[in-house]
Amino acid sequence: MLEIGLGHYLTLGAIIFTIGIAGIFLNRKNIIVILMSIELILLAVNINLVSFSAFLNDLTGQIFTLFILTVAAAEAAIGLAIIVVYFRNSGTIRVEEIDKLKG
Amino acid sequence: MTNLNFIYSELTLAFSIMLLLIIGVFKKKSSSLIYNLSILTLLIIFILSLSLFGKNSTSLFINSYKIDYLSTFMKGLLYLSGIFVMLSSTRYLILFQIFKIEYPILLLSSILGMSIMISSNDLIVFYMGLELQSLALYVLASFKRENPLSAESGLKYFVLSALSSGLLLYGCSLIYGYAGSTNFDIISSNINSVNYGLTLGIVFILVGLAFKISAVPFHMWAPDVYQGSPTSVTIFFAILPKIAALTVFIRFLYIPFINLIDQWQVIIIFLSIASMIFGAVAAIGQKNLKRLMAYSSISHMGFALAGLAVGTNEGIQSSITYMSLYVIMNLSFFSSLFMLKINQKYYETIDDLSGLSKNHPMLSLAMLVSLFSLAGIPPLAGFFAKFYIFMAVIEQEMYFLAIVGLLSTVVAAFYYLRIIKTIYFDEEKQKYDKDHNLGLKLSLILSTLIIATYFIYPSGLISIISKIIII
Repeated sequence: MLEIGLGHYLTLGAIIFTIGIAGIFLNRKNIIVILMSIELILLAVNINLVSFSAFLNDLTGQIFTLFILTVAAAEAAIGLAIIVVYFRNSGTIRVEEIDKLKG
Repeated sequence: MTNLNFIYSELTLAFSIMLLLIIGVFKKKSSSLIYNLSILTLLIIFILSLSLFGKNSTSLFINSYKIDYLSTFMKGLLYLSGIFVMLSSTRYLILFQIFKIEYPILLLSSILGMSIMISSNDLIVFYMGLELQSLALYVLASFKRENPLSAESGLKYFVLSALSSGLLLYGCSLIYGYAGSTNFDIISSNINSVNYGLTLGIVFILVGLAFKISAVPFHMWAPDVYQGSPTSVTIFFAILPKIAALTVFIRFLYIPFINLIDQWQVIIIFLSIASMIFGAVAAIGQKNLKRLMAYSSISHMGFALAGLAVGTNEGIQSSITYMSLYVIMNLSFFSSLFMLKINQKYYETIDDLSGLSKNHPMLSLAMLVSLFSLAGIPPLAGFFAKFYIFMAVIEQEMYFLAIVGLLSTVVAAFYYLRIIKTIYFDEEKQKYDKDHNLGLKLSLILSTLIIATYFIYPSGLISIISKIIII
Protein backbone atom coordinates (compact mmCIF):
# COMPACT_ATOMS: atom_id res chain seq x y z
CA MET A 1 0.00 0.00 0.00
CA LEU A 2 1.45 3.34 -1.04
CA GLU A 3 1.74 5.89 1.71
CA ILE A 4 0.79 9.38 0.51
CA GLY A 5 3.22 11.84 2.03
CA LEU A 6 4.30 15.45 1.78
CA GLY A 7 6.25 14.80 -1.40
CA HIS A 8 3.16 13.71 -3.29
CA TYR A 9 1.22 16.81 -2.33
CA LEU A 10 4.13 19.04 -3.29
CA THR A 11 4.42 17.30 -6.63
CA LEU A 12 0.71 17.80 -7.25
CA GLY A 13 1.11 21.48 -6.34
CA ALA A 14 4.09 21.85 -8.66
CA ILE A 15 2.22 20.18 -11.54
CA ILE A 16 -0.83 22.42 -11.16
CA PHE A 17 1.44 25.45 -10.85
CA THR A 18 3.25 24.52 -14.07
CA ILE A 19 -0.06 24.00 -15.88
CA GLY A 20 -1.11 27.46 -14.76
CA ILE A 21 2.08 29.14 -15.96
CA ALA A 22 2.00 27.24 -19.25
CA GLY A 23 -1.65 28.21 -19.68
CA ILE A 24 -0.75 31.88 -19.51
CA PHE A 25 2.13 31.73 -21.95
CA LEU A 26 0.89 29.17 -24.47
CA ASN A 27 -2.66 30.49 -24.71
CA ARG A 28 -3.19 32.60 -27.83
CA LYS A 29 -6.96 32.71 -27.81
CA ASN A 30 -8.90 34.08 -24.91
CA ILE A 31 -8.28 36.26 -21.87
CA ILE A 32 -10.76 34.24 -19.79
CA VAL A 33 -8.34 31.30 -20.10
CA ILE A 34 -5.62 33.50 -18.59
CA LEU A 35 -7.93 34.29 -15.69
CA MET A 36 -8.49 30.57 -15.16
CA SER A 37 -4.74 29.93 -15.27
CA ILE A 38 -4.17 32.55 -12.57
CA GLU A 39 -6.74 30.78 -10.40
CA LEU A 40 -4.90 27.50 -11.00
CA ILE A 41 -1.64 29.05 -9.82
CA LEU A 42 -3.29 30.28 -6.64
CA LEU A 43 -4.84 26.83 -6.07
CA ALA A 44 -1.43 25.21 -6.41
CA VAL A 45 -0.13 27.60 -3.77
CA ASN A 46 -3.02 26.67 -1.50
CA ILE A 47 -2.33 22.96 -1.86
CA ASN A 48 1.30 23.62 -0.98
CA LEU A 49 0.44 25.69 2.05
CA VAL A 50 -2.13 23.28 3.44
CA SER A 51 0.11 20.27 3.03
CA PHE A 52 3.04 22.08 4.65
CA SER A 53 0.71 23.16 7.43
CA ALA A 54 -0.37 19.59 8.12
CA PHE A 55 3.21 18.39 7.88
CA LEU A 56 4.56 21.03 10.28
CA ASN A 57 1.61 20.79 12.72
CA ASP A 58 1.30 24.55 12.45
CA LEU A 59 -1.90 26.46 11.70
CA THR A 60 -0.31 29.49 10.03
CA GLY A 61 -0.35 27.85 6.60
CA GLN A 62 -4.09 27.24 6.71
CA ILE A 63 -4.75 30.82 7.81
CA PHE A 64 -2.62 32.02 4.92
CA THR A 65 -4.72 29.84 2.60
CA LEU A 66 -7.93 31.53 3.77
CA PHE A 67 -6.41 34.94 3.07
CA ILE A 68 -5.34 33.82 -0.40
CA LEU A 69 -8.82 32.47 -1.20
CA THR A 70 -10.42 35.79 -0.30
CA VAL A 71 -7.93 37.86 -2.23
CA ALA A 72 -8.26 35.55 -5.23
CA ALA A 73 -12.00 36.16 -5.29
CA ALA A 74 -11.50 39.93 -5.21
CA GLU A 75 -8.85 39.67 -7.88
CA ALA A 76 -11.08 37.62 -10.18
CA ALA A 77 -13.90 40.13 -9.74
CA ILE A 78 -11.70 43.08 -10.68
CA GLY A 79 -10.17 41.12 -13.53
CA LEU A 80 -13.56 40.30 -15.02
CA ALA A 81 -14.63 43.94 -14.66
CA ILE A 82 -11.54 45.10 -16.55
CA ILE A 83 -12.18 42.50 -19.26
CA VAL A 84 -15.74 43.83 -19.65
CA VAL A 85 -14.41 47.40 -19.95
CA TYR A 86 -11.90 46.25 -22.54
CA PHE A 87 -14.54 44.31 -24.49
CA ARG A 88 -16.80 47.38 -24.67
CA ASN A 89 -13.97 49.37 -26.21
CA SER A 90 -12.66 46.95 -28.76
CA GLY A 91 -15.33 44.28 -29.21
CA THR A 92 -12.90 41.43 -28.77
CA ILE A 93 -11.01 39.62 -26.03
CA ARG A 94 -8.71 37.61 -28.26
CA VAL A 95 -5.19 37.75 -26.90
CA GLU A 96 -3.56 38.29 -30.31
CA GLU A 97 -5.59 41.42 -30.93
CA ILE A 98 -4.52 43.21 -27.75
CA ASP A 99 -1.76 45.16 -29.43
CA LYS A 100 -2.67 48.83 -29.54
CA LEU A 101 0.13 49.70 -27.17
CA LYS A 102 3.56 48.78 -28.47
CA GLY A 103 6.84 50.27 -29.56
CA MET B 1 -3.02 46.88 22.78
CA THR B 2 -0.89 49.56 24.35
CA ASN B 3 1.18 50.34 21.31
CA LEU B 4 -1.56 51.47 18.98
CA ASN B 5 -0.07 54.96 18.86
CA PHE B 6 2.58 53.56 16.52
CA ILE B 7 0.02 52.87 13.80
CA TYR B 8 -2.10 55.99 14.13
CA SER B 9 -1.22 57.01 10.58
CA GLU B 10 -2.46 53.74 9.06
CA LEU B 11 -5.58 53.75 11.25
CA THR B 12 -6.39 57.35 10.27
CA LEU B 13 -5.90 56.45 6.63
CA ALA B 14 -8.15 53.38 6.83
CA PHE B 15 -10.93 55.19 8.67
CA SER B 16 -10.84 58.20 6.40
CA ILE B 17 -11.10 55.93 3.34
CA MET B 18 -14.35 54.51 4.74
CA LEU B 19 -15.62 57.94 5.78
CA LEU B 20 -14.88 59.43 2.36
CA LEU B 21 -16.68 56.55 0.68
CA ILE B 22 -19.77 57.22 2.77
CA ILE B 23 -19.63 60.94 2.02
CA GLY B 24 -19.26 60.12 -1.65
CA VAL B 25 -22.32 57.89 -1.63
CA PHE B 26 -24.67 60.25 0.21
CA LYS B 27 -23.59 63.67 -1.01
CA LYS B 28 -24.18 64.57 -4.65
CA LYS B 29 -21.38 66.18 -6.67
CA SER B 30 -18.84 65.79 -3.91
CA SER B 31 -15.82 64.82 -6.01
CA SER B 32 -13.97 68.06 -5.41
CA LEU B 33 -14.71 67.96 -1.67
CA ILE B 34 -13.47 64.38 -1.45
CA TYR B 35 -10.36 65.18 -3.43
CA ASN B 36 -9.45 68.01 -1.08
CA LEU B 37 -10.26 65.93 1.98
CA SER B 38 -7.98 63.17 0.69
CA ILE B 39 -5.11 65.60 0.34
CA LEU B 40 -5.84 66.79 3.87
CA THR B 41 -5.84 63.17 5.10
CA LEU B 42 -2.46 62.57 3.53
CA LEU B 43 -1.15 65.74 5.14
CA ILE B 44 -2.43 64.66 8.55
CA ILE B 45 -0.93 61.18 8.32
CA PHE B 46 2.32 62.67 7.08
CA ILE B 47 2.49 64.77 10.25
CA LEU B 48 1.50 61.74 12.35
CA SER B 49 4.27 59.69 10.78
CA LEU B 50 6.78 62.48 11.42
CA SER B 51 5.98 62.26 15.12
CA LEU B 52 7.40 58.71 15.12
CA PHE B 53 10.88 59.87 14.10
CA GLY B 54 13.44 59.22 16.76
CA LYS B 55 11.36 56.71 18.72
CA ASN B 56 12.67 53.24 19.37
CA SER B 57 11.68 50.53 16.94
CA THR B 58 8.75 48.36 17.98
CA SER B 59 6.97 45.28 16.71
CA LEU B 60 3.22 45.00 16.86
CA PHE B 61 0.71 42.19 16.37
CA ILE B 62 2.81 39.22 17.47
CA ASN B 63 5.89 40.64 15.82
CA SER B 64 4.33 40.79 12.38
CA TYR B 65 4.28 44.56 11.94
CA LYS B 66 7.45 46.50 12.43
CA ILE B 67 7.84 50.21 13.09
CA ASP B 68 11.47 51.23 12.85
CA TYR B 69 13.50 54.07 11.40
CA LEU B 70 13.41 52.59 7.89
CA SER B 71 9.63 52.23 7.85
CA THR B 72 9.08 55.71 9.31
CA PHE B 73 11.33 57.34 6.75
CA MET B 74 9.85 55.46 3.80
CA LYS B 75 6.29 56.16 4.95
CA GLY B 76 7.07 59.85 5.30
CA LEU B 77 8.46 59.85 1.76
CA LEU B 78 5.45 57.89 0.53
CA TYR B 79 2.86 60.23 2.04
CA LEU B 80 4.72 63.35 0.98
CA SER B 81 5.02 62.21 -2.63
CA GLY B 82 1.35 61.16 -2.50
CA ILE B 83 0.40 64.72 -1.53
CA PHE B 84 2.38 66.23 -4.38
CA VAL B 85 1.10 63.71 -6.92
CA MET B 86 -2.45 64.63 -5.98
CA LEU B 87 -1.76 68.37 -5.91
CA SER B 88 -0.18 68.35 -9.34
CA SER B 89 -2.83 66.31 -11.13
CA THR B 90 -6.07 68.09 -10.15
CA ARG B 91 -6.50 70.08 -13.34
CA TYR B 92 -5.58 67.09 -15.50
CA LEU B 93 -8.26 64.96 -13.85
CA ILE B 94 -10.94 67.60 -14.43
CA LEU B 95 -10.05 68.14 -18.08
CA PHE B 96 -9.62 64.43 -18.75
CA GLN B 97 -13.05 63.85 -17.20
CA ILE B 98 -11.97 61.36 -14.59
CA PHE B 99 -12.51 63.66 -11.62
CA LYS B 100 -14.77 61.19 -9.81
CA ILE B 101 -15.12 60.30 -6.16
CA GLU B 102 -13.58 56.87 -6.64
CA TYR B 103 -10.29 58.22 -7.90
CA PRO B 104 -8.87 59.73 -4.67
CA ILE B 105 -10.30 56.85 -2.64
CA LEU B 106 -8.49 54.31 -4.82
CA LEU B 107 -5.30 56.33 -4.48
CA LEU B 108 -5.66 56.35 -0.71
CA SER B 109 -6.35 52.63 -0.48
CA SER B 110 -3.32 51.79 -2.57
CA ILE B 111 -1.25 54.10 -0.35
CA LEU B 112 -2.61 52.21 2.67
CA GLY B 113 -1.52 48.95 1.04
CA MET B 114 1.93 50.37 0.44
CA SER B 115 2.39 51.51 4.01
CA ILE B 116 1.39 48.04 5.20
CA MET B 117 3.99 46.59 2.82
CA ILE B 118 6.63 48.94 4.14
CA SER B 119 6.06 47.89 7.75
CA SER B 120 5.40 44.20 7.19
CA ASN B 121 7.54 41.73 9.06
CA ASP B 122 5.56 38.65 8.10
CA LEU B 123 4.80 37.00 4.77
CA ILE B 124 1.01 37.11 5.31
CA VAL B 125 0.95 40.80 6.22
CA PHE B 126 3.26 41.56 3.33
CA TYR B 127 1.00 39.70 0.89
CA MET B 128 -2.15 41.45 2.12
CA GLY B 129 -0.50 44.86 1.77
CA LEU B 130 0.75 44.01 -1.69
CA GLU B 131 -2.68 42.89 -2.86
CA LEU B 132 -4.44 45.93 -1.41
CA GLN B 133 -1.99 48.06 -3.36
CA SER B 134 -2.28 46.10 -6.62
CA LEU B 135 -6.07 45.73 -6.62
CA ALA B 136 -6.43 49.51 -6.39
CA LEU B 137 -3.79 50.02 -9.07
CA TYR B 138 -5.53 47.66 -11.56
CA VAL B 139 -8.61 49.85 -11.40
CA LEU B 140 -6.62 53.07 -11.56
CA ALA B 141 -4.77 52.01 -14.71
CA SER B 142 -8.04 51.42 -16.54
CA PHE B 143 -9.79 54.38 -14.94
CA LYS B 144 -10.52 56.21 -18.21
CA ARG B 145 -13.02 53.55 -19.24
CA GLU B 146 -13.99 54.97 -22.63
CA ASN B 147 -10.40 55.13 -23.78
CA PRO B 148 -9.24 51.89 -25.47
CA LEU B 149 -5.61 52.56 -24.55
CA SER B 150 -6.42 52.96 -20.87
CA ALA B 151 -8.56 49.81 -20.83
CA GLU B 152 -5.79 47.88 -22.56
CA SER B 153 -3.14 49.10 -20.15
CA GLY B 154 -5.33 48.09 -17.22
CA LEU B 155 -5.82 44.65 -18.72
CA LYS B 156 -2.11 44.14 -19.32
CA TYR B 157 -1.22 45.34 -15.86
CA PHE B 158 -3.83 43.05 -14.35
CA VAL B 159 -2.67 39.91 -16.13
CA LEU B 160 1.05 40.40 -15.51
CA SER B 161 0.65 41.63 -11.97
CA ALA B 162 -1.66 38.75 -11.03
CA LEU B 163 0.89 36.36 -12.52
CA SER B 164 3.66 37.94 -10.49
CA SER B 165 1.56 37.72 -7.33
CA GLY B 166 1.07 34.02 -8.07
CA LEU B 167 4.81 33.45 -8.45
CA LEU B 168 5.46 35.41 -5.28
CA LEU B 169 2.91 33.34 -3.37
CA TYR B 170 4.44 30.10 -4.57
CA GLY B 171 7.72 31.37 -3.20
CA CYS B 172 6.01 32.26 0.09
CA SER B 173 4.58 28.74 0.37
CA LEU B 174 8.00 27.16 -0.21
CA ILE B 175 9.65 29.42 2.36
CA TYR B 176 6.89 28.66 4.85
CA GLY B 177 7.39 24.95 4.31
CA TYR B 178 11.17 24.88 4.49
CA ALA B 179 11.69 27.48 7.20
CA GLY B 180 8.64 26.57 9.29
CA SER B 181 7.25 30.02 9.78
CA THR B 182 6.00 33.11 7.97
CA ASN B 183 7.59 35.57 10.37
CA PHE B 184 10.78 37.18 9.06
CA ASP B 185 12.62 37.04 12.39
CA ILE B 186 11.73 33.39 13.02
CA ILE B 187 12.66 32.46 9.44
CA SER B 188 16.01 34.13 9.99
CA SER B 189 16.72 32.11 13.13
CA ASN B 190 15.44 28.85 11.61
CA ILE B 191 17.70 28.89 8.60
CA ASN B 192 20.72 26.78 9.39
CA SER B 193 21.77 25.41 6.05
CA VAL B 194 21.21 26.09 2.40
CA ASN B 195 18.61 23.88 0.80
CA TYR B 196 17.01 23.85 -2.61
CA GLY B 197 13.45 24.50 -1.48
CA LEU B 198 14.50 27.65 0.30
CA THR B 199 16.60 28.93 -2.59
CA LEU B 200 13.73 28.26 -4.98
CA GLY B 201 11.40 30.16 -2.66
CA ILE B 202 13.72 33.17 -2.57
CA VAL B 203 14.01 33.14 -6.36
CA PHE B 204 10.22 33.07 -6.80
CA ILE B 205 9.70 35.93 -4.35
CA LEU B 206 12.45 37.98 -5.99
CA VAL B 207 10.78 37.45 -9.38
CA GLY B 208 7.49 38.69 -7.96
CA LEU B 209 9.11 41.75 -6.41
CA ALA B 210 11.09 42.48 -9.57
CA PHE B 211 7.77 42.60 -11.43
CA LYS B 212 6.56 45.24 -9.02
CA ILE B 213 9.51 47.55 -9.49
CA SER B 214 9.72 46.65 -13.22
CA ALA B 215 13.28 45.35 -13.24
CA VAL B 216 14.45 43.59 -16.43
CA PRO B 217 13.56 40.82 -17.43
CA PHE B 218 10.18 41.40 -15.75
CA HIS B 219 9.63 44.88 -17.11
CA MET B 220 7.40 44.22 -20.13
CA TRP B 221 4.29 45.70 -18.57
CA ALA B 222 5.86 49.03 -17.66
CA PRO B 223 6.08 50.83 -21.05
CA ASP B 224 2.56 49.83 -22.08
CA VAL B 225 0.98 50.70 -18.77
CA TYR B 226 2.83 54.00 -18.48
CA GLN B 227 1.75 55.01 -21.95
CA GLY B 228 -1.82 53.81 -21.85
CA SER B 229 -3.02 54.92 -18.44
CA PRO B 230 -3.93 58.57 -17.73
CA THR B 231 -0.87 60.71 -16.98
CA SER B 232 -2.07 61.34 -13.43
CA VAL B 233 -1.93 57.58 -12.87
CA THR B 234 1.40 57.25 -14.66
CA ILE B 235 3.06 59.68 -12.26
CA PHE B 236 1.60 57.65 -9.40
CA PHE B 237 2.91 54.41 -10.93
CA ALA B 238 6.33 55.92 -11.49
CA ILE B 239 6.78 57.02 -7.91
CA LEU B 240 4.82 55.41 -5.09
CA PRO B 241 4.80 51.63 -5.74
CA LYS B 242 8.57 51.76 -6.29
CA ILE B 243 9.14 53.27 -2.84
CA ALA B 244 7.11 50.48 -1.23
CA ALA B 245 8.61 47.66 -3.30
CA LEU B 246 12.16 48.83 -2.68
CA THR B 247 11.54 48.85 1.07
CA VAL B 248 10.19 45.32 0.86
CA PHE B 249 13.30 44.33 -1.09
CA ILE B 250 15.48 45.72 1.69
CA ARG B 251 13.48 44.10 4.48
CA PHE B 252 13.10 40.77 2.73
CA LEU B 253 16.72 40.40 1.67
CA TYR B 254 18.38 41.74 4.79
CA ILE B 255 16.22 40.42 7.63
CA PRO B 256 15.26 36.78 6.95
CA PHE B 257 17.85 35.92 4.32
CA ILE B 258 20.97 37.84 5.24
CA ASN B 259 22.74 34.54 5.88
CA LEU B 260 21.99 33.37 2.35
CA ILE B 261 23.57 36.44 0.75
CA ASP B 262 25.68 34.24 -1.54
CA GLN B 263 22.48 32.81 -2.98
CA TRP B 264 20.65 36.03 -3.79
CA GLN B 265 23.47 38.45 -4.45
CA VAL B 266 24.04 37.08 -7.95
CA ILE B 267 20.34 37.43 -8.79
CA ILE B 268 20.23 41.06 -7.64
CA ILE B 269 23.39 41.88 -9.57
CA PHE B 270 21.92 40.32 -12.69
CA LEU B 271 18.62 42.22 -12.30
CA SER B 272 20.53 45.43 -11.73
CA ILE B 273 22.87 45.11 -14.71
CA ALA B 274 20.10 43.99 -17.06
CA SER B 275 17.82 46.87 -16.00
CA MET B 276 20.52 49.50 -16.34
CA ILE B 277 21.55 48.39 -19.82
CA PHE B 278 18.08 47.64 -21.17
CA GLY B 279 16.53 50.82 -19.77
CA ALA B 280 19.23 52.90 -21.39
CA VAL B 281 19.24 51.21 -24.78
CA ALA B 282 15.51 50.66 -25.31
CA ALA B 283 14.59 54.28 -24.58
CA ILE B 284 16.58 55.59 -27.52
CA GLY B 285 13.95 54.99 -30.18
CA GLN B 286 10.95 56.21 -28.19
CA LYS B 287 8.74 59.09 -29.32
CA ASN B 288 6.18 59.16 -26.53
CA LEU B 289 7.45 60.90 -23.40
CA LYS B 290 5.47 58.69 -21.01
CA ARG B 291 6.85 55.56 -22.65
CA LEU B 292 10.31 57.03 -22.52
CA MET B 293 9.89 57.71 -18.81
CA ALA B 294 8.97 54.04 -18.34
CA TYR B 295 12.30 52.95 -19.79
CA SER B 296 14.05 55.64 -17.83
CA SER B 297 12.47 54.37 -14.61
CA ILE B 298 13.55 50.82 -15.48
CA SER B 299 17.11 52.05 -15.77
CA HIS B 300 16.84 54.02 -12.51
CA MET B 301 15.53 50.94 -10.72
CA GLY B 302 18.67 49.14 -11.93
CA PHE B 303 20.78 51.70 -10.07
CA ALA B 304 18.68 51.41 -6.92
CA LEU B 305 19.11 47.60 -7.05
CA ALA B 306 22.87 48.00 -7.51
CA GLY B 307 22.96 49.62 -4.09
CA LEU B 308 21.09 46.65 -2.62
CA ALA B 309 23.38 44.09 -4.24
CA VAL B 310 26.32 45.32 -2.22
CA GLY B 311 25.23 43.83 1.09
CA THR B 312 26.36 46.62 3.41
CA ASN B 313 24.57 49.35 5.30
CA GLU B 314 26.20 51.95 3.05
CA GLY B 315 24.71 50.17 0.05
CA ILE B 316 21.21 50.22 1.54
CA GLN B 317 21.54 53.88 2.48
CA SER B 318 22.79 54.84 -0.96
CA SER B 319 19.86 52.98 -2.48
CA ILE B 320 17.36 54.82 -0.27
CA THR B 321 19.00 58.16 -1.10
CA TYR B 322 18.75 57.28 -4.77
CA MET B 323 15.08 56.46 -4.36
CA SER B 324 14.32 59.75 -2.55
CA LEU B 325 16.01 61.83 -5.23
CA TYR B 326 14.43 59.75 -8.01
CA VAL B 327 11.02 60.58 -6.57
CA ILE B 328 11.76 64.31 -6.68
CA MET B 329 13.16 64.16 -10.23
CA ASN B 330 10.15 62.26 -11.55
CA LEU B 331 7.77 64.62 -9.79
CA SER B 332 9.46 67.54 -11.48
CA PHE B 333 9.43 65.96 -14.93
CA PHE B 334 5.81 64.81 -14.82
CA SER B 335 4.68 68.16 -13.42
CA SER B 336 6.15 69.86 -16.45
CA LEU B 337 4.42 67.24 -18.62
CA PHE B 338 1.11 68.32 -17.07
CA MET B 339 1.76 71.85 -18.33
CA LEU B 340 1.74 70.88 -22.01
CA LYS B 341 -1.90 71.50 -22.79
CA ILE B 342 -3.92 73.53 -25.23
CA ASN B 343 -7.57 73.98 -24.22
CA GLN B 344 -8.72 70.44 -23.42
CA LYS B 345 -5.92 68.43 -24.95
CA TYR B 346 -2.68 67.27 -23.40
CA TYR B 347 0.43 66.66 -25.49
CA GLU B 348 2.91 63.94 -24.70
CA THR B 349 5.34 63.24 -27.54
CA ILE B 350 8.85 64.55 -27.99
CA ASP B 351 7.86 66.43 -31.16
CA ASP B 352 5.38 68.49 -29.17
CA LEU B 353 8.29 69.88 -27.17
CA SER B 354 9.95 71.30 -30.24
CA GLY B 355 10.98 74.93 -29.73
CA LEU B 356 9.37 75.11 -26.32
CA SER B 357 12.01 77.52 -25.04
CA LYS B 358 10.85 80.37 -27.33
CA ASN B 359 7.42 80.70 -25.76
CA HIS B 360 7.88 79.12 -22.35
CA PRO B 361 11.36 79.91 -21.02
CA MET B 362 10.60 79.03 -17.39
CA LEU B 363 8.95 75.69 -18.19
CA SER B 364 11.86 74.83 -20.48
CA LEU B 365 14.31 75.68 -17.74
CA ALA B 366 12.48 73.39 -15.32
CA MET B 367 12.55 70.57 -17.89
CA LEU B 368 16.21 71.22 -18.54
CA VAL B 369 17.01 70.91 -14.85
CA SER B 370 15.00 67.73 -14.34
CA LEU B 371 16.34 66.07 -17.51
CA PHE B 372 19.96 66.96 -16.72
CA SER B 373 19.37 65.61 -13.25
CA LEU B 374 17.85 62.37 -14.56
CA ALA B 375 20.89 62.00 -16.81
CA GLY B 376 23.15 62.45 -13.77
CA ILE B 377 24.99 65.62 -14.72
CA PRO B 378 26.66 67.56 -11.89
CA PRO B 379 25.90 69.61 -9.84
CA LEU B 380 22.26 68.50 -9.88
CA ALA B 381 20.69 66.03 -7.46
CA GLY B 382 20.75 63.09 -9.89
CA PHE B 383 24.53 63.21 -10.01
CA PHE B 384 24.81 62.87 -6.23
CA ALA B 385 22.32 60.00 -6.22
CA LYS B 386 24.43 58.05 -8.69
CA PHE B 387 27.63 59.07 -6.92
CA TYR B 388 26.53 57.50 -3.61
CA ILE B 389 25.58 54.27 -5.39
CA PHE B 390 28.91 54.03 -7.18
CA MET B 391 30.79 54.82 -3.98
CA ALA B 392 29.03 51.99 -2.11
CA VAL B 393 29.57 49.59 -5.01
CA ILE B 394 33.26 50.38 -5.44
CA GLU B 395 33.92 50.13 -1.70
CA GLN B 396 32.96 46.46 -1.94
CA GLU B 397 35.21 46.06 -5.00
CA MET B 398 32.38 45.16 -7.36
CA TYR B 399 34.07 46.93 -10.26
CA PHE B 400 32.10 45.22 -13.01
CA LEU B 401 28.79 46.52 -11.66
CA ALA B 402 30.22 50.03 -11.39
CA ILE B 403 31.61 49.97 -14.94
CA VAL B 404 28.31 48.77 -16.41
CA GLY B 405 26.50 51.46 -14.45
CA LEU B 406 28.78 54.20 -15.72
CA LEU B 407 28.51 53.01 -19.33
CA SER B 408 24.72 52.83 -19.18
CA THR B 409 24.65 56.37 -17.75
CA VAL B 410 26.51 57.53 -20.84
CA VAL B 411 24.05 55.79 -23.15
CA ALA B 412 21.08 57.12 -21.22
CA ALA B 413 22.43 60.67 -21.38
CA PHE B 414 21.91 60.54 -25.14
CA TYR B 415 18.14 60.42 -25.04
CA TYR B 416 17.81 62.95 -22.24
CA LEU B 417 20.05 65.35 -24.14
CA ARG B 418 18.07 64.75 -27.33
CA ILE B 419 14.93 66.01 -25.59
CA ILE B 420 16.82 69.10 -24.43
CA LYS B 421 18.04 69.66 -27.97
CA THR B 422 14.43 69.47 -29.19
CA ILE B 423 13.32 71.97 -26.57
CA TYR B 424 16.05 74.53 -27.20
CA PHE B 425 17.22 74.22 -30.77
CA ASP B 426 14.33 73.00 -32.92
CA GLU B 427 11.90 75.39 -34.54
CA GLU B 428 8.96 76.46 -32.48
CA LYS B 429 5.65 74.76 -33.02
CA GLN B 430 2.80 75.75 -30.77
CA LYS B 431 1.95 77.86 -27.76
CA TYR B 432 0.65 76.09 -24.71
CA ASP B 433 -1.82 77.41 -22.18
CA LYS B 434 -0.48 79.19 -19.15
CA ASP B 435 -3.45 79.02 -16.79
CA HIS B 436 -2.14 76.38 -14.42
CA ASN B 437 -3.49 75.82 -10.95
CA LEU B 438 -1.51 76.57 -7.85
CA GLY B 439 -0.86 72.96 -6.83
CA LEU B 440 0.80 72.10 -10.12
CA LYS B 441 2.97 75.23 -10.04
CA LEU B 442 3.88 74.56 -6.43
CA SER B 443 4.98 70.98 -7.04
CA LEU B 444 6.95 71.90 -10.17
CA ILE B 445 8.74 74.83 -8.55
CA LEU B 446 9.47 73.02 -5.30
CA SER B 447 10.80 69.84 -6.90
CA THR B 448 12.89 71.72 -9.44
CA LEU B 449 14.36 73.96 -6.75
CA ILE B 450 15.27 70.95 -4.62
CA ILE B 451 17.01 69.30 -7.58
CA ALA B 452 18.89 72.45 -8.51
CA THR B 453 19.99 73.43 -5.01
CA TYR B 454 20.64 70.00 -3.53
CA PHE B 455 24.40 70.42 -3.92
CA ILE B 456 24.45 73.35 -1.47
CA TYR B 457 23.49 71.19 1.50
CA PRO B 458 23.70 67.50 0.59
CA SER B 459 24.50 66.40 4.13
CA GLY B 460 20.94 67.21 5.28
CA LEU B 461 19.40 64.22 3.53
CA ILE B 462 22.45 62.04 4.17
CA SER B 463 22.40 62.64 7.91
CA ILE B 464 18.74 61.53 8.05
CA ILE B 465 19.27 58.45 5.91
CA SER B 466 22.52 57.37 7.57
CA LYS B 467 20.50 56.54 10.69
CA ILE B 468 18.89 53.65 8.80
CA ILE B 469 20.87 50.67 9.98
CA ILE B 470 19.56 47.28 8.97
CA ILE B 471 22.35 44.78 9.39
